[in-house]
Amino acid sequence: MAGLATTFGSGAMTNSINEIENAQVILVSGSNTTEAHPQIARRMLDAVDRGAKLIVIDPRKTLLAEFADIHLDIRPGTDIPLLNAMMRIILDENLVDDLFIEMRTENYYQLRDMLYRLDLDEAAKTTGVELSKIYKAAQLYAQAQKSVICYCLGITQHICGTRNVQSLANLAMMTGNVEKGDTGVDPLRGQNNVQGACDMGALPNVFPSYQPVGNIDFREKFEAAWKVNLPSKSGCTLMEMTHSGKDGPIRAMYIMGENPMLSDPVLSKVEETLRNLEFLAVADIFLTETAKLAHVVFPAASFAEKTGTFTNTERRVQMVRPAIAPIGNCRTDADIISALALRLGYAMDYDSPAEIMEEIAMLAPIYGGMQHDRLEACWGLQWPCWDRSHPGTQFLHKYYFTRGKGHFVPTEHEPPSEMPDKKYPFLLITGRIYHHYHTGTMTRKSSTLNRECNEALLQINQVDADQLKVRNGETLKVTSRRGEIKLTAEISEQVKPGSVYTTFHFAEAPINLLCIDTWDPLANCPEYKVCAVKVTKP
Amino acid sequence: MQDVLTTCVYCGCGCGVYLQAENGRVVGSTASRNHPVSRNNLCVKGWHLHEFIHHPDRLTEPLIRKKGKLVPTSWDEALDYTAKELARIRDQTDNQGIGVLSSAKCTNEENYLLQKFTRAVLQTNNIDHCARL
Ligand code: SF4
Repeated sequence: MAGLATTFGSGAMTNSINEIENAQVILVSGSNTTEAHPQIARRMLDAVDRGAKLIVIDPRKTLLAEFADIHLDIRPGTDIPLLNAMMRIILDENLVDDLFIEMRTENYYQLRDMLYRLDLDEAAKTTGVELSKIYKAAQLYAQAQKSVICYCLGITQHICGTRNVQSLANLAMMTGNVEKGDTGVDPLRGQNNVQGACDMGALPNVFPSYQPVGNIDFREKFEAAWKVNLPSKSGCTLMEMTHSGKDGPIRAMYIMGENPMLSDPVLSKVEETLRNLEFLAVADIFLTETAKLAHVVFPAASFAEKTGTFTNTERRVQMVRPAIAPIGNCRTDADIISALALRLGYAMDYDSPAEIMEEIAMLAPIYGGMQHDRLEACWGLQWPCWDRSHPGTQFLHKYYFTRGKGHFVPTEHEPPSEMPDKKYPFLLITGRIYHHYHTGTMTRKSSTLNRECNEALLQINQVDADQLKVRNGETLKVTSRRGEIKLTAEISEQVKPGSVYTTFHFAEAPINLLCIDTWDPLANCPEYKVCAVKVTKP
Repeated sequence: MQDVLTTCVYCGCGCGVYLQAENGRVVGSTASRNHPVSRNNLCVKGWHLHEFIHHPDRLTEPLIRKKGKLVPTSWDEALDYTAKELARIRDQTDNQGIGVLSSAKCTNEENYLLQKFTRAVLQTNNIDHCARL
């Protein structure tokens, strides 16, 4: 979430989920909300029922797009020219919030200069959307008192993901649509506890609560609390570890509850790395593709078998409570880690997860008042929650941005690193579907969910289907410069001619084999969403 | 039958869900009426939240690789071997050679412990999770 952190000083959703239903204009970018965040989609549709306007930026006609007042069906990867065009229009129409810019932000003039250089007709041409539609969207967004932006994987998984997010933030700041209730910029986090994993410092460069490991003051604080010397150098990112290669620097890995063998964009590289490790330990609830390569596999307890907390996408920290004891011989991940630490000569023994949370509250300021007894007594608390008397925070950046002043970062278009050509004429877009969750480790084991949808489909437009002489349900071979897979054809008006769409839930058809090994240099974020492919009958 | 209020694991919305437990088995899930996110409503994933918990494919024993195959073992053997290998590789690579992946599906407390373990015991900041994916 590097984009929002640079601009606002915090990478989290600025609003609460329930604020979305009060917005007057909702701009949704690259988020298949009805499938990935059903409750948030409900709020959006409730708002629409009440008269709010919905703008959807998505190359596909998603379910949400069908409810949109304006659907900006851009070419994949052209978010930045679209947003820049919107901002130029806002500038020309004098819909800018000068007071907000003056008081609360910095570097605006650099953005303005860049916008003045922009050729609107050309930008519209790049995006493939009529200029009149972009005009309408810009006016709608800027004229409302309460406009909210939601975005998801679609926007962060491009090569220019970080800049896309900065662009959205520019749009919001330029019109003063942050820092109040019911208006802001909201990244919708995918997995249930992504927010928490980040907050807890499961990141190579920060301790819990985003305190940089390179900063001597923070390091000393943790050294004193943990009674041990700590390394100051930032660590390797996920990609640097899993793409370390056959003779790479990573010789051993410990993997808790993740399945990079399915979720990583370039599987062959991950497999090469994992197969050549001297030692791999995996803790998980199922024998995943990754666990199959391990030297040791620990059977972990599921969420129904343990106590703890999750942090949802609106920064709400909530209790997880055990319904049953760990099944079979399973243990909780906390027990496994403590047992390992003890064997390595470092005592990490806690009476209960509540005691771990006490330590977190002491060391992570944004969780300062989040002890279990408080969380038990309410529906959770939203961070920042500085101390035991703090009520939590419904929306961020009231009065001032976390970083002080909101920082405009002008961004310019960078085409996706691979575009269709003669040999690979289709643009493949990947996304997720409603019933399955991330790589499907859990959902595919649920018989009901599997029955509803158990094969990987390739959506293809009628026009292209006719040309290839394919019918619904036929098998198609999809080839990219990196590999090939077989998928079942589903003719659909959701995709434009020239584009095909599929999801990444199925072990039988690992879409990631096809993807590109380039990633956003700023967020180290794999380019998931588009690559060029050839579609043929096998 | 016992109802236990907990949090759904299938997406970042974080609905409040009651798991219904009977004789040590979780047999159903229902929405929490007053929870600010779920408000008496779940999506299809939430209503089927309990289904994977007792799936026959759940791992229930530690496994260890012997002669190329993963075979059941005791907790002690699995933990001893893991600790020994981690210590060996940590020391041989000057704290640079071990990578740790944490999980966006595990609790905050577990993520906290794993990053503490990585930094304090393995002496490296090589820790990340799949937030980016
Ligand atoms: S019930 Fe559905 S919307 Fe609610 S947290 Fe679970 S997956 Fe998300």
